[in-house]
Amino acid sequence: MENGKARVVSAIVENKPGVLHSVSNLFRRRNFNIESITVGATEDRELSRITITVTADEKTLDQVVKQLDKLVDVVGVAELDPNSIVTRELALVKINVPSAKERSDAINCVQVFRGRVVDVSPDSLMVEITGTSDKIDAFVNLMRTFGIIELARTGITALSRGARAVNIDE
Amino acid sequence: MNGAKALIESLERQKVDVIFGILGGALLPIYDALCDNTKIRHILSRHEQGAAHAAEGYARASGRAGVCMATSGPGATNLVTGIANAYMDSSPIIALTGQVPSKGVNTSYMIGRDAFQEADIIGITTPITKQNYQVRNASEIPKIVNTAFYIATTGRPGPVLIDLPKNVQAETADMEFTNKIDARGYNVITDPDLAQISRAVELLTKAEEPIILAGGGVITSNASDELMQISDLLMAPVATTFMGKGAFPEVHPMSIGSIGMHGNPAANRLISEADVLLAVGTRFSDRATANTDTFCPNAKKIHIDVDAAEIGKNIDVDVPIVGDAKKSLRILHATLLKNLQKKKGTAWTKRVKETKEKLSPLIKDMPKDLVPKTLLSELRKLLPEDAIVTTEVGQNQMWAALYFQALKPRTFISSGGLGTMGFGFPAALGAKVACPNRAVVDIAGDGSFRMTEQELASSVEEKIPVTVIVLNNSVLGMVAQWQRALYNKRYMAVNLGKSPDFVKLAEAYGARGFRVGSVAEFQKAVKAALKSEVTTVIDVPIGSEEDVVPFVPPGCGLPQQRGDY
Repeated sequence: MENGKARVVSAIVENKPGVLHSVSNLFRRRNFNIESITVGATEDRELSRITITVTADEKTLDQVVKQLDKLVDVVGVAELDPNSIVTRELALVKINVPSAKERSDAINCVQVFRGRVVDVSPDSLMVEITGTSDKIDAFVNLMRTFGIIELARTGITALSRGARAVNIDE
Repeated sequence: MNGAKALIESLERQKVDVIFGILGGALLPIYDALCDNTKIRHILSRHEQGAAHAAEGYARASGRAGVCMATSGPGATNLVTGIANAYMDSSPIIALTGQVPSKGVNTSYMIGRDAFQEADIIGITTPITKQNYQVRNASEIPKIVNTAFYIATTGRPGPVLIDLPKNVQAETADMEFTNKIDARGYNVITDPDLAQISRAVELLTKAEEPIILAGGGVITSNASDELMQISDLLMAPVATTFMGKGAFPEVHPMSIGSIGMHGNPAANRLISEADVLLAVGTRFSDRATANTDTFCPNAKKIHIDVDAAEIGKNIDVDVPIVGDAKKSLRILHATLLKNLQKKKGTAWTKRVKETKEKLSPLIKDMPKDLVPKTLLSELRKLLPEDAIVTTEVGQNQMWAALYFQALKPRTFISSGGLGTMGFGFPAALGAKVACPNRAVVDIAGDGSFRMTEQELASSVEEKIPVTVIVLNNSVLGMVAQWQRALYNKRYMAVNLGKSPDFVKLAEAYGARGFRVGSVAEFQKAVKAALKSEVTTVIDVPIGSEEDVVPFVPPGCGLPQQRGDY
């Protein structure tokens, strides 16, 4: 499993208590590796979307999808085609800027990455940045030179390109 | 109507005729509702594990869902082993649990506050149930019960748990009894893909050494007749997995017994020689396949299973067929008929016959002593064809697999996946309740029997007469065998000693006990037990160093079976 690459699986689930538990429990029990998991609303109030990034080879990924599909509360599930996918992640980064010079250096970097400064205090800045995980990794690395006080990343959410959608049971 | 009455009414609508259970504080409203009920029999188990296994025995003997019930907290957690067992062996059971109130009298919640006898049974059973529900409002009960039975009994069957907070049982609401199901994400694919059927037909038509492997799914889907038609047409020998025992009559000329670690050597050998494998309703468990790298190495593999996740999980296959076993086999047979004349004897059928004659353990002469193989082949002669046999777990179970021939589906009931010691006796009680006019026998070991022996009380008090044959070697025999074979006879924690006296134990509960010292006494005791109106325990002292042979050592392939038998 460690030899595989990162893949994104999108599951449409019933929006009710306990569903996230049964999904995360499945990953633990079957020894699948979760890199990131995000849960949120969909266009349908009764359904939520769980976006899971897993590192897996072909055979393991096949099992991930089939085992998820078997859960009664999972209404639809598919791997999103890595060649036709939009993935986004959001991060909030709080950094140390004890001087005006450092503050302006930091803001320059933020502009290059198209981030946004969302909070300023005499010796800190909070930046919001959105993009692919690679872009956020690069930005976070850069911010380390200033000193990161706190960091929060949402994990990946994703949809496939074009009109195609995850098939759901009626 | 209150929630408790709605539950009972919903169970009646599902044609439930028996509940195995133990009450408790959090179930009082439901037991109060049972007071006025005349259609559902309640059998008071003496430990909740017994109730869960009895429900499974009932389910596997009858094909209908078995129902067990336990109170909140320890009652519910005592069901857990039985639920896990049913999950591993794909048995349809409904587990009902009481729960502390979700709303208190002073409107404060109790769930989540570590109330007396509170356990998070939903969290605990999530990985061992097909689905579970905690009821929030009484009015949801009819639909939840419907859905639970539907999920438990369709597709690949399995346990479903319904957790009932006490206030919900007492709450009154307008009830709507419908046949509606609320499980949008639950889809069962029963019809096979015809393109895959064609590919299977192509392989089977060209096969020179075809073999069929029948798993428990053949029994679940009542597909034994279809299986036999295909075997006849192809002249293909039929091996079963341990769970498939009974799917094909083991006295049939094309039966080669079970494959596996303690499988029939003829089956283990022949499956390794086949050129096409047709596997039906099996999950290729490690105990069945042994080393997967060398499993059935030369064969193209066709796999029929109703659970898509089982295909490609343990064994890579060439033709995957997702569908109901009976439907798929029927279509496969019809399509084969168009492409193929019934085969006559071939080099392969000759090879099958020769291999059986050379390797099958039952072909050999049985010793006249009181040894397991003699006892179990004698037992077959003493029991009617439709008698139901359950087993405990360990040596007794593997001896039964090797030496007791199952002739019909649903007549051999054992804990295959989880390997639960203590399963056989309560499962026998459940089977007897489902089939009161048939003989039911638990093939037991002394170690396993003692894990649920307290159910002797329910068997006597509830008048459920079964026969328990204790192959009494005074040790935990299977692990002792492994310590003997693989740990240089460094025995640790396997000696059970000579207590209890099983005859006195049986008598203490009001059951009958016999101790036998010869094959003739064994025959006499079994005959008496079958006529008895009360449960009979037959204590059969056997040697404590008796091995189950042959066996496939860990890491080896099926034909590398060792041991003189």
